[in-house]
Amino acid sequence: MRRFVIGQAKNLIDQTRRRPPQPHHHNNLRLLSLLRPSASDSTAVYSPRLFSSSSSSDMPGSDSSTSSLPVTLDSINPKVLKCEYAVRGEIVSIAQRLQDDLKTNKDAYPFDEIIYCNIGNPQSLGQQPITFFREVLALCSHTALLDESATHGLFSSDSIDRAWKILDQIPGKATGAYSHSQGIKGLRDAIAAGIEARDGFPADPNDIFMTDGASPGVHMMMQLLISSEKDGILCPIPQYPLYSASIALHGGSLVPYYLDEASGWGLEISELKKQLEDAKSKGITVRALAVINPGNPTGQVLSEENQRDIVDFCKKEGLVLLADEVYQENVYVPDKKFHSFKKVARSMGYGEKDISLVSFQSISKGYYGECGKRGGYMEVTGFTSDVREQIYKVASVNLCSNISGQILASLVMSPPKPGDDSYDSYIAEKEGILSSLATRAKTLEEALNKLEGVTCNRAEGAMYLFPCITLPQKAIAAAEAAKTAPDAFYCKRLLNATGIVVVPGSGFRQVPGTWHFRCTILPQEDKIPAIVNRLTEFHKSFMNEFRD
Amino acid sequence: MSLKALDYETLNENVKNCQYAVRGELYLRASELQKEGKKIIFTNVGNPHALGQKPLTFPRQVVALCQAPFLLDNPNVGMIFPADAIARAKHYLSLTSGGLGAYSDSRGLPGVRKEVAEFIQRRDGYPSDPELIFLTDGASKGVMQILNCIIRDQKDGILVPVPQYPLYSATISLLGGTLVPYYLEETDNWGLDVNNLRQSVAQARSQGITVRAMVIINPGNPTGQCLSEANLREILKFCCDERLVLLGDEVYQQNIYQDERPFISSKKVLMDMGEPLSKEVQLISFHTVSKGYWGECGQRGGYFEMTNIPPRTVEEIYKVASIALSPNVSAQIFMGLMVSPPKPGDISYDQFVRESKGILESLRRRARIMTDGFNSCKNVVCNFTEGAMYSFPQIKLPPKAIQAAKQAGKVPDVFYCLKLLEATGISTVPGSGFGQKEGVFHLRTTILPAEEEMPEIMESFKKFNDEFMSQYGDNFGYSRM
Repeated sequence: MRRFVIGQAKNLIDQTRRRPPQPHHHNNLRLLSLLRPSASDSTAVYSPRLFSSSSSSDMPGSDSSTSSLPVTLDSINPKVLKCEYAVRGEIVSIAQRLQDDLKTNKDAYPFDEIIYCNIGNPQSLGQQPITFFREVLALCSHTALLDESATHGLFSSDSIDRAWKILDQIPGKATGAYSHSQGIKGLRDAIAAGIEARDGFPADPNDIFMTDGASPGVHMMMQLLISSEKDGILCPIPQYPLYSASIALHGGSLVPYYLDEASGWGLEISELKKQLEDAKSKGITVRALAVINPGNPTGQVLSEENQRDIVDFCKKEGLVLLADEVYQENVYVPDKKFHSFKKVARSMGYGEKDISLVSFQSISKGYYGECGKRGGYMEVTGFTSDVREQIYKVASVNLCSNISGQILASLVMSPPKPGDDSYDSYIAEKEGILSSLATRAKTLEEALNKLEGVTCNRAEGAMYLFPCITLPQKAIAAAEAAKTAPDAFYCKRLLNATGIVVVPGSGFRQVPGTWHFRCTILPQEDKIPAIVNRLTEFHKSFMNEFRD
Repeated sequence: MSLKALDYETLNENVKNCQYAVRGELYLRASELQKEGKKIIFTNVGNPHALGQKPLTFPRQVVALCQAPFLLDNPNVGMIFPADAIARAKHYLSLTSGGLGAYSDSRGLPGVRKEVAEFIQRRDGYPSDPELIFLTDGASKGVMQILNCIIRDQKDGILVPVPQYPLYSATISLLGGTLVPYYLEETDNWGLDVNNLRQSVAQARSQGITVRAMVIINPGNPTGQCLSEANLREILKFCCDERLVLLGDEVYQQNIYQDERPFISSKKVLMDMGEPLSKEVQLISFHTVSKGYWGECGQRGGYFEMTNIPPRTVEEIYKVASIALSPNVSAQIFMGLMVSPPKPGDISYDQFVRESKGILESLRRRARIMTDGFNSCKNVVCNFTEGAMYSFPQIKLPPKAIQAAKQAGKVPDVFYCLKLLEATGISTVPGSGFGQKEGVFHLRTTILPAEEEMPEIMESFKKFNDEFMSQYGDNFGYSRM
């Protein structure tokens, strides 16, 4: 870490030296703010390059010395600069560097591998895809296989039937063609049927917009809702940073509402009201409420009663309810059950005219965890037809989402049924993954709760634990001396001592003065005991070093 | 009912202002007619597989194996897959961390980006850095990411050719920037005149617009021209003088239908020009798996390469990319295959060459049939499609037709295209969706319908046009002028 800060500072000093005198003082301010290490962090998909003075001098020119170029840091969209994404930061850079170094320099470290607990990316940690889904995708990718007799020896019979059924729904059986901008109609039919089976209320395929993962759907809605910083979106804190990043990119205001850690990350209507009023008093028009259920990073599953209150609140205040329901299959405790907001609203007797509701679903999560496919959809209900046309128009600018993601989204909403050839193996794979995730969540939660000064709510759902760490004053002082957020300081020490990569709570935002980290429950089960041991050992020695 | 959460009035104005004609009124009407049972020829989108083009076999085999990696352990896999496809599938899976189901690096798999860099180096003869190549879900996503980084507010202008592919106008609207048009010269085979560019920039500046970037589409969409090397040099010099980032939309680089003007990348021309320009002009080039002889539109795969973009700006672009986590991994593999296709000696080589040549040669013939067909029609003139996938004929609408359109509340070319659709089932895009000079009307059609259907399509177009012109055109006719 120290090496990083020194390197960065040195680099900045070099750049400043090379830099011609700047007439605008804000440039200097920007440089100063860069000297403060970023509080946000990390995953494997994004790790900013660590600039060193040597590498920057080899480069075609760092930004400050090339200010005559049309596009530099000084002239890019300030909303881009402002947006923060916790799926970034130096911890992963450090982890990747450690991983490279481990290959040649094994003896230098007290661990022999890096364990990435920073991102919900199950298949990168060895989770196997559901066989049936992949069989169907392979057949749809290379449809000539369907004419080969040998295919019957290599594929399950229902995967072949399903592939035919899907191809028949695609005009010209052309899986290489752009589809309807909302997604292939037949696949949307299957999804609508799946929603109906889940909720017991009708779903309309014309309400479904298929997207490359759930994130583009969230961006699309932000684009529609936000015109300026006067438009606010209520977001949970702690939150998945997609929301803060998207709001910043679209130039709106994030209106925070705090989840109550003491009551298992409960969502209090009184808190929503308070924050809404507070925003109004600042001249902000709150347009929507984002709810993540099951919660990310907090793992709580909302009770139906709580959901009803939320629906009523949105209806009364005229807010669009943005329901992030991507973890709907990930529920690990018998006393909680996932209920979609659409089902809750409909069961209250609220229809199209009563509430505007957008529900997001993804193929990246659940038991399938197909992150690399970029598939998802949003179900859009309770909007007038002229608004719907605008959503369609925005979707059409990007033509369509990728077809294999679309096919997979339809498969997860209409998996094999009892009696199908693949049914038993499908159920065994699914149950195996979900019950193992539940075991891992429980084991990690118990281990965390045994640590001095650590309390951890159970992961009722989703894929994460978000323990609260009471850091000793000495540790906080040491973090300050190292110019880093206390939780980031803890996480870096953890990485260097154990090879375990987690994300500091500051990346998700938290009640000021409290410290957390997010740890996925995704490492394979046989690795969990070692993780628990290393984590426990590290924490003990950390506390011994810094105990007040 | 209570307060409406989001109604048309409260929508973001930028969204309302955005227009995207490729899937606009004509397309929606065509879809309706199709539902009613009418046979529709969709020539509105460059979507080859939808019109019957077969996918190339080899890449589909490789991706199918990556989709179902357990097949690789099956001793019988060789019965239905050739050995080189099996080897390539293993290669690409080894470049991933967790197969097709895991997020990759937000910029795309490092191994595929390396293959892209090697392709660019082979194509241009100059080195390319994989760190400056980002893979995207189709080229459109890349264009959106880059424009998002450039456009700050409505004072920022982007030079865009007119006629243009409406992705640019739509994205600039959505991001709240200003489109600064420069007109292509139809009588000069849609040539790009640098004097026009200067005028456009001067005019924009006089209105307080900061022109930030210039878009070129080469080969042109919808106009089909290939830019000459001399023209590209002028453009790069212009961008240098005016401090503009050049956005090179080069997605049709494989689609060339004449031999006089081959495709030359902007990057190669820039490097050929040497210093200081080669170090000063900022260039971002876009490519895709949707076009060429691949036509894999449904995969949503693309890349952009950045030249002379400073490292810390690259970091910001990386951050924007990271918010979408990663581009879809199977399309990344398609991209890898596109830039490193089978080589001579590989088992699949002959078939691959046969398939790809077959597609390109047929497209070349179709480009000719279409241009000639349009030029044989009354009041229609059409430049030859040198490249890309479109024909963009000018329709000289008689005053009576323009009058009738006005009465129907339609833009004249929309009126014409709707009539064409109702009469023949041919679904085109009116020129007004791409922008055109005042009082001049066009339509865009792809050259993608199957070759054997081409004569019939052109015949039915001619018949419609003759009838249209005689209905609206008494005492009028350019053919007599």
